[in-house]
Amino acid sequence: MSDLIRIENLKVYYPVRSGFFNRVTDNIKAVDDVSFSIKAGQTYGLVGESGSGKTTIGKSLVGLEDPTSGTILFDGEEATTIKQKKKLNYNKDVQMVFQDSQSSLNPRRSIGEIIAEPLKSFGVPNAIGAGAGDKRSFDQDDIDKRVLELLEIVGLPARTVTQYPFQFSGGQRQRIGVARALATNPRLIVADEPVSALDLSVQAQVLNFMKKIQRDFGISFLFISHDLGVVKYMTDNIAIMHNGRFVELGTTADIFDDPRHIYTKRLLSAIPSLDVSKRDANRAYRKRVEAEFAENQAAYYEQDGLRARAYDLKQITPTHSAALKKGEA
Amino acid sequence: MAEKLLDAQDVSVEFKIAGEYQKALHKVNLSINHGEVLALVGESGSGKSTFAMSVMGLHNPDQTKVTGSIKLNGNELIGLTERQFDQYRGVSVGMIFQDPLSSLNPLMKIGDQIAEAMTVHDKHTQQVSNRVLGLLDDVGIVDAKRVAQQYPHALSGGMRQRVMIAIALANEPDLIIADEPTTALDVTIQAQILDLIKEIQQKKNAGILLITHDLGVVAEMADTVAVMYAGQIVEKAGVEELFNHPKHPYTRSLLRADPSDVKPGETLYAIPGTVPALKDMDHNKDLFLQRVPWLDESVVNANVKDELQQVGDHHYVRGTAWQNFEFNDVTEGENQV
Repeated sequence: MSDLIRIENLKVYYPVRSGFFNRVTDNIKAVDDVSFSIKAGQTYGLVGESGSGKTTIGKSLVGLEDPTSGTILFDGEEATTIKQKKKLNYNKDVQMVFQDSQSSLNPRRSIGEIIAEPLKSFGVPNAIGAGAGDKRSFDQDDIDKRVLELLEIVGLPARTVTQYPFQFSGGQRQRIGVARALATNPRLIVADEPVSALDLSVQAQVLNFMKKIQRDFGISFLFISHDLGVVKYMTDNIAIMHNGRFVELGTTADIFDDPRHIYTKRLLSAIPSLDVSKRDANRAYRKRVEAEFAENQAAYYEQDGLRARAYDLKQITPTHSAALKKGEA
Repeated sequence: MAEKLLDAQDVSVEFKIAGEYQKALHKVNLSINHGEVLALVGESGSGKSTFAMSVMGLHNPDQTKVTGSIKLNGNELIGLTERQFDQYRGVSVGMIFQDPLSSLNPLMKIGDQIAEAMTVHDKHTQQVSNRVLGLLDDVGIVDAKRVAQQYPHALSGGMRQRVMIAIALANEPDLIIADEPTTALDVTIQAQILDLIKEIQQKKNAGILLITHDLGVVAEMADTVAVMYAGQIVEKAGVEELFNHPKHPYTRSLLRADPSDVKPGETLYAIPGTVPALKDMDHNKDLFLQRVPWLDESVVNANVKDELQQVGDHHYVRGTAWQNFEFNDVTEGENQV
C-alpha cells in the first residue's frame, strides 16, 4: 500500500520576541523535525502529554498552521503551506474532528446548515466514500439530499436537520462533527482527542462509528490522544511524542509489547489497569520506571536550552524505531 | 463494630426546577470506614457529585431538599445551618476538585491559600508558615519555599492539583472527598497524583470518597465500589469482587464499553441512549433497563424494591433483572442514538 500522506522533517517554531527592537531572540520548538507517513485506510496514533506538540502537527496537517520548514506530501503532491493546500483544494481531502463538540459547532446554525457548509465550499461529490469520483455538484437540491444521507450515516433521524447543537447530547454532537468532516469525501480525517470529553458508553459509540466509516469508506485517521487504552484499540501505528520530538515510532504491537524508549515505558506504566489483583505489582513497577526515568533521563536526551531534546530516531526493526541513548544500537 | 466515619442512610435530594421539586438522588445508602477508599462510579448525570455536595452541605437550601441522614463520626449533617457546616467543611472533610485552576484564587500566593485553609486565628506566625511548607513537602513539591511564594498561574496542572491536595489536607481531615481528581491531568501525572492520594490516605488513615467515571482509576484506588445510575446505587461490592463478578447489567455494560481490554478487531459495547432527564426518572423501576433494547417490556417496567439484595460477601445488587441478563449480539449497540 502506498502512503496517502507523507510528512518529512516537519518543524513548527514559534518565535519569541524581546528587547528594544522586538527582535526574534529565541524560538519555541513546538514541533522539531518529525517525519512519518499514513497509509490509505489506516489509523495513525499520535500520543503525548499536553504541550508535546501533537495538536500542532494536526493543525499543520489540516492547514490551520504553516510549518516553519519541512514538507507535507499528499498523494505525492506537495501540500506544505496553506497556499499550496488551497491550490490543491486539499481540504476536500483532509478534514478535522475536534475534541470539544460544543465549541466547534456554531450554536446559531442548525445541524443542516452546519453539515452543508463544507458542501457549499467544495461541492457535493457524486457518492459518499473515499473512492468516489471527483465530479462535484453545487446544486442546492444535491446539497440537501447529501445532508440527509450524512445524517443517516451517523445515525441521526432526518428531523434533526432543523435542530440546533444545544439540543443534542455530547455523543450526538461529536457524531455531527464527524458528519461534517465526512461531507466532502475526505481521504484523511485528523481527529484531535475526539472522545476525551465523553462518557465511557458514549465514547464506545463514537469509536465504533469511526471504525465503521473507516471500513465502509476506506478513510485514514490521524488519531491524536493521550489515552493509551483508546489508542491501543484504534490505531495501526503509533508515534510517541515528547517535547516536540518523536521518541518512538512503530506498529501498535511494537509500542505496547516492546517499548524501547524510557519515556514510552513511563507512559505505558502509568496506564491504570483494570486487573485489580495486579495493582500492587503495577504500582511497584511504575515506581521503578519512574525512578529509572529520573536517573537515566539525561542519557536519553540532549540539553537544548531549557528543554530536553530527544536524539534522532534509530531503526530497530523495519517498522519500529526509537530515540535510543547515545551509543545504544 | 467501630463507629463508621461516614454513614449515609436513605439520602434523597430534590432540586426545584421551574417551581417543582424533582428527584436527583433516591434513597442512597453508603458508608465509609476510617482508612477505606470508596469509589462512586457512573456516567455524567448519574448523581455522583450531587451526593458529594450533600455531604459537604453545598446545596442551595432554597432550591434543594435533602432528606435522610448523613452522619460523620456519629454527628448528623443534614439540617445543619451554613454556620454549623463550617465546623466540618475543610476541617474534618477535605475536598479535591477536578479543576484546580478554577478552585484556586488566582490573586493569592500559594502559601497564603494553604494558610487560609487552616483553622488558626493568627495566620502570620512562624508556626503556620512552617506547617505550610510541611504540607507542600507532603504532597511532593520539591521546592516548597519558592512555590509558596508563587501564584497559581505559574504552576503546571499537576502542581496545582498537588496544591489543592495540600489545602484539603491542611486540617488533617478524617474524610477526603475527591471529585474526579485526575480527569484533567495527563496519564503520568495522574499516576503520580493517585499514588500520592493513596500514600497520604494510608499514612493518615483517612477515608476517601472517590468520585470518578474512569474504571482504571477505580481498579487502582478503591477498596469498595458503588455503581450509581440515575440517582440510585445499583451495585455495591469490594473492588475485586466487582471487577471479577459484576452482576448488575449497568456495571457489566460499563466494563464492556471500556476499550483497554478489547482487541482492535472487536466492536466495543456502546450503551444505547442516555441517562433519563430528572423529570422522567421513576425510581420504583430499574431505570437502566430502559437502555437494554432486547429486554422484554415486562422486565423493563417491573417494579423494583429500593433495598439492594445481598448476593455475596459484601456484594449487593438492585433488582432481580441481573439474574437472567445476557448480552445480545454486541453489534446491536452500534450506531444507536
